[in-house]
Amino acid sequence: MDYFLQQLINGITLGGLYALIALGYTMVYGVIQLINFAHGEFFAAGGYVGVILLSYFTGRGYLDTHPVLCLTAAFALTMAYCAFLAIGVEKVAYKPLRRESRLSVLLSALGMSIFLTNALMLTQGVYDKAYPSELFQGGFQFGSVTISYLRVMILSMTVVLLIALNILVFRTKIGIAMRATAQDKIMSSLVSISSNRIISLTFGIGAGLAAAAGIMVGLYYGSVRYDMGFLPGIKAFAAAVLGGIGNITGAMLGGLIIGMVEIFGAGYISGQYKDVFAFIILIAVLYFKPTGIMGENIDDTRV
Amino acid sequence: MIQEFKKIWKPYAIGLAWLMGLLWPLLGIHPDGTLSFDRTFTVWGYIAAGSFICLLIHLLNRSDAIQPVGQALSRLREQAARAAQRVPTQFWVGAALVLACLYPLFTGRYAQDVATNVLIYICLGLGLNIVVGLAGMLDLGYIAFYGVGAYTYALLNIHFGVSFWLSLPVAAALACIAGCIIGYPTLRMRGDYLAIVTLGFGEIVRIILNNWMTLTNGPNGLLGVKPPSIYIPNFDAGFSFELFYIKKLHFLYYIALALAIITIVAVRRLNFSRIGRAWESIREDETAAELMGVNTFLLKLLAYAMGALFAGLAGAFFCARMRFVSPESFTFIESAMVLSMVVLGGMGSIPGIMLGAAALIVLPEVFREFETYRMLVFGMAMVVMMLFRPAGLIPAKRMGTRSDDREG
Repeated sequence: MDYFLQQLINGITLGGLYALIALGYTMVYGVIQLINFAHGEFFAAGGYVGVILLSYFTGRGYLDTHPVLCLTAAFALTMAYCAFLAIGVEKVAYKPLRRESRLSVLLSALGMSIFLTNALMLTQGVYDKAYPSELFQGGFQFGSVTISYLRVMILSMTVVLLIALNILVFRTKIGIAMRATAQDKIMSSLVSISSNRIISLTFGIGAGLAAAAGIMVGLYYGSVRYDMGFLPGIKAFAAAVLGGIGNITGAMLGGLIIGMVEIFGAGYISGQYKDVFAFIILIAVLYFKPTGIMGENIDDTRV
Repeated sequence: MIQEFKKIWKPYAIGLAWLMGLLWPLLGIHPDGTLSFDRTFTVWGYIAAGSFICLLIHLLNRSDAIQPVGQALSRLREQAARAAQRVPTQFWVGAALVLACLYPLFTGRYAQDVATNVLIYICLGLGLNIVVGLAGMLDLGYIAFYGVGAYTYALLNIHFGVSFWLSLPVAAALACIAGCIIGYPTLRMRGDYLAIVTLGFGEIVRIILNNWMTLTNGPNGLLGVKPPSIYIPNFDAGFSFELFYIKKLHFLYYIALALAIITIVAVRRLNFSRIGRAWESIREDETAAELMGVNTFLLKLLAYAMGALFAGLAGAFFCARMRFVSPESFTFIESAMVLSMVVLGGMGSIPGIMLGAAALIVLPEVFREFETYRMLVFGMAMVVMMLFRPAGLIPAKRMGTRSDDREG
């Protein structure tokens, strides 16, 4: 039972992180129907900028005196950095291709992904970069289940970000404009919503969430690597599709499911095949419900 | 020229400032708590200078300052095209064939190796073209079939000593079956749902190859696969046949060439057959195709099976050439690479895909001197190619308009 509870908490943590990345995929897809293959790289860039900032703070000695402030600053700056990175990528590689076939944009995204991975490798080196480890020590003890402070931080941060996003999308004017653009670009531009600005904003928000996930993954595993964006990227994409791509609630649900399946599969069946379980669940669900769990019946969009 | 520049300098300056902002945190913030600017400025300066030259050339081209040169070039190209049209197509095909056959005679080992690679990827690209270009289903796990073909030959050869030639049809058949297995559950899905499911299948195959130690020897791969062999007559002691292993690179090149030619001919025949037209109708509008009496279920499955078949052939040859297989060769990046060849060359166009395969294999080889910058340049080149030629290098000629064109 304890083992089960521990795994449940692990699953929720991982699922929350997948959900954060998946949101970027699903929001971008909702607005311009593009699978943004470079999204995993925003996540990796987030992990890297996070480690750069945190080790800078450690070097200056700020981290010991003001740990909360430093962490907040690191999160905020990293999210802003990745948002700007994503907006830049969108302007350079996707915007000129908006009228072309979807496959050519897809390929441009793929090229961008290769480019960003290698840019990270060239500027940061091929070896793992370690996060400052003295930040979160110890944890809560419930019977024999331990929840480390780090995990509590990750979980609460994830929940806060998800709630903030929900408020942004469903309660504010910007959110209304975003949903309007997703539904019909021409109509929304007729009511003076600048679709270019909304698309940039969507990219920025999605990348910001992925960047937050990047820092948390870095803190959790203790280090980052230049190619860390790939596997979480495709799993988050799987999560977005599982929930019904274009649907924000679906992406959160999908992320949670994929994270749970992965942790429980690894814990109870086989650790080696943990990546397989996520995909098997994905295929099984899509076989019975080809548009995902919460996806509407999209018209036949083709490549 | 000045006018053009006035229009463009603002976004250009913003772009450069943006780049500076993105570059500096990566290069200028150090873990020992110091900040520096010199390295950032050097890198940024190079990029700024390079992009400024490109911008100038682009502007000159736009404002017709170098028009005389451009006109002369286009006139020359027109004349060449007219001259080329006078000669029948068969002649060009024949000339290409002769050149391809003579190629190993006047090139070294390295060039032959690269050419063999190109030929393998032509097979793969054309196979994927059936699924993506003709039937219009985005497949991101195509390399799994390549892996199935390669492992089929490796296992058959190591455990049962089956020869390459016998394994070739077996590998193709197994890849076909794998294609059907993957194709069947995905037939109801469309567009991006299909993309992620095929990606998932590709990853599943790779992970199984990586972890099934007893069968595939896991990440260490399978060693000791025999190269293709032929019997050559031997007259030394009476008349007998001698088993001869083709290890020499130029023999392997000819086998690859034969495989590629078979693939090209087969895909061409398929493309212009009833089946090919049915596939194209599915691509353009599946519902309408079904209404017109096209058996979409069977034909989509067939598209998967046919695409997988060529990948299986290529895989068996790849394994025979390397005499070694490991799951490393069948990662998602390889799938992406083959897809890039198809899209970059021009979907549905056979010469386009051949050119795309050649470009994507040869370009990184050319950039080999830059070593670490190779993949960076490659990624950038992919984006730039798409920006300037979104329909591919040699786009396929299409009848009528597609529904995508109208949506706008």
